[in-house]
Amino acid sequence: MAEPRPAIRLDHVAVAYGERRIWESLDLSVAAGEFVAVLGPNGAGKTTLLKVVLGLERPASGTVEVEGRAPRRGSKRIGYIPQQRAFDPDLPMRGRDLVRFGLDGHRPGMLLTGRREVRRRVDGVIAAVGASAFAGAPVGRLSGGEQQRLRIAQALLGDPSILLCDEPLLSLDVAHQRIITALIDQRRRQAGTTVVFVTHDINPVLPYVDRVLYLVGGRFAVGTPAEILTGERLSALYGTEVDVVRAGGRLVVVSPDEHELGGADDGHHPPACGSPDWEGG
Amino acid sequence: MSITQYLGLPFAQHALAAAALVALACGLIGPFVITRGMAFAVHGTSELAFTGAAAGLLVADNAIAGALVGAVVVGGLIGALGVRERERDSSIGVILAAGMGLGVLLLGFYHGFATEATNILFGDIFGVSSGQLLLLGVIALAVTVTMAVIYRPLLFASVDPEVAVARGVPVRLLGIVFLFILAFTVTEAAQVVGTLLVLSLAITPAAAAHRLANSPLVVAILSVVFALVAADGGLLASFESTSVKPSVFVVAISFGIYVVARLAGPWCKNARRGAGAPGGGAAGGVGATGGGEPPGGGSAPTGAAA
Repeated sequence: MAEPRPAIRLDHVAVAYGERRIWESLDLSVAAGEFVAVLGPNGAGKTTLLKVVLGLERPASGTVEVEGRAPRRGSKRIGYIPQQRAFDPDLPMRGRDLVRFGLDGHRPGMLLTGRREVRRRVDGVIAAVGASAFAGAPVGRLSGGEQQRLRIAQALLGDPSILLCDEPLLSLDVAHQRIITALIDQRRRQAGTTVVFVTHDINPVLPYVDRVLYLVGGRFAVGTPAEILTGERLSALYGTEVDVVRAGGRLVVVSPDEHELGGADDGHHPPACGSPDWEGG
Repeated sequence: MSITQYLGLPFAQHALAAAALVALACGLIGPFVITRGMAFAVHGTSELAFTGAAAGLLVADNAIAGALVGAVVVGGLIGALGVRERERDSSIGVILAAGMGLGVLLLGFYHGFATEATNILFGDIFGVSSGQLLLLGVIALAVTVTMAVIYRPLLFASVDPEVAVARGVPVRLLGIVFLFILAFTVTEAAQVVGTLLVLSLAITPAAAAHRLANSPLVVAILSVVFALVAADGGLLASFESTSVKPSVFVVAISFGIYVVARLAGPWCKNARRGAGAPGGGAAGGVGATGGGEPPGGGSAPTGAAA
């Protein structure tokens, strides 16, 4: 029997910005319905990986396939969930308007076409993420957690088979981190959607993750969390001594001299797999 | 002469039609000018319409043609020098200063009536020939049609650029297209209200609409309606007066609408929001009070205070 076609496949992919090489040769195969977390210090190319899959970044060499085809800009197969951001509180844009962009924001025209059918679909996804109560409020006045619920609705409106999430939990409190990750996983289980989840903190997604891609300074490691998130593997990856410790039910990556670990271009960020609980304050 | 007598005259009809088209274009671009933070770009391109007009007078004895060519040059310059948002305002300032100096120099060489060029500072729609009015109308129509086509993706790109890029929207291209649309619209509006008062059509109506509505569609409709009322209302009012320029009436109506919107705004927006959202921390359960989130997360207290 032939192996089922992977949702995303990268084969010896190299990406460079001018002189700077992000990776020399990255291999990754993500099965349909798989939940893959992408970890690593800032500057390791986590977001670049998403851009490659979105067809926004062309690799210098190697092949990339999304569902068996070359990546294509604006593909309907892919839903994208960004990190939470601040909108102007007076921006005349309701939550549901933001969600609707996921359906036809890229299409030319005014806002008037096919209103009833559009309304039905928009209402449907908003209800599915439990956002009906606040979808009529201006986006600039929603909390981060409310906004991220709408982001999931926005991404699901196109009925994607792949969800790319770029730090969607950033600046959310722990309770909202749980809600958002649970919603994303729920979609995966119900529709068999593949999830690639870029995050600086593995802990909120750890219950759902099948495999981890850990990127450090051009090197990488792929495997289950238990395989990758060990002192031995990460020490080899970072090329210096790193420990993974369990603290209060959380995994935390620590190193004796963390300033040297943050990656070639960005030495100020420790390679935190789990960050301290700053969200609580 | 009364207003009804004026309305029988072709020049008055042409002026009203041109003003309506210009207002339509201004009303459509206004919300984007505010959302994209381009008020200074409007001001800069409108003042540089004066330089274009002076150059047009000197070269071809045609102020409007000069101003329109100038709009293309200015749009291209701002696009080339101010790609990054943080640089844009300073780039516009530089271009504006240099351009105005050039305009004064050019006007010095011109030996015709300087009023032709100074007209563009304060606007004189009745001084425009019917051929030129036709040109203005055609361009305003082209701007309106272009805006109708790119409206939704431009809105997406303006408020949510990161996701828009991921969805395949050509965000940078749209930004440059909008810059040229803005330059043309502003140059046209300068014919009606003058370069110094363009903001009264390109920003004030949209700013008033922003105060009144939460939906982008309603904001667009209100912005166009307010611009139309100000532009044509101002022209009609000016028929009753021999001494006051139409632009003064246009500005007065536009500003009046804004003041009313500003006063009615909190009431309108709060009423709407009350229907849509239970406010505060009702994030749909699971201990979601939102209180623990870092700043920038939303729920700004300004709304409650307004």
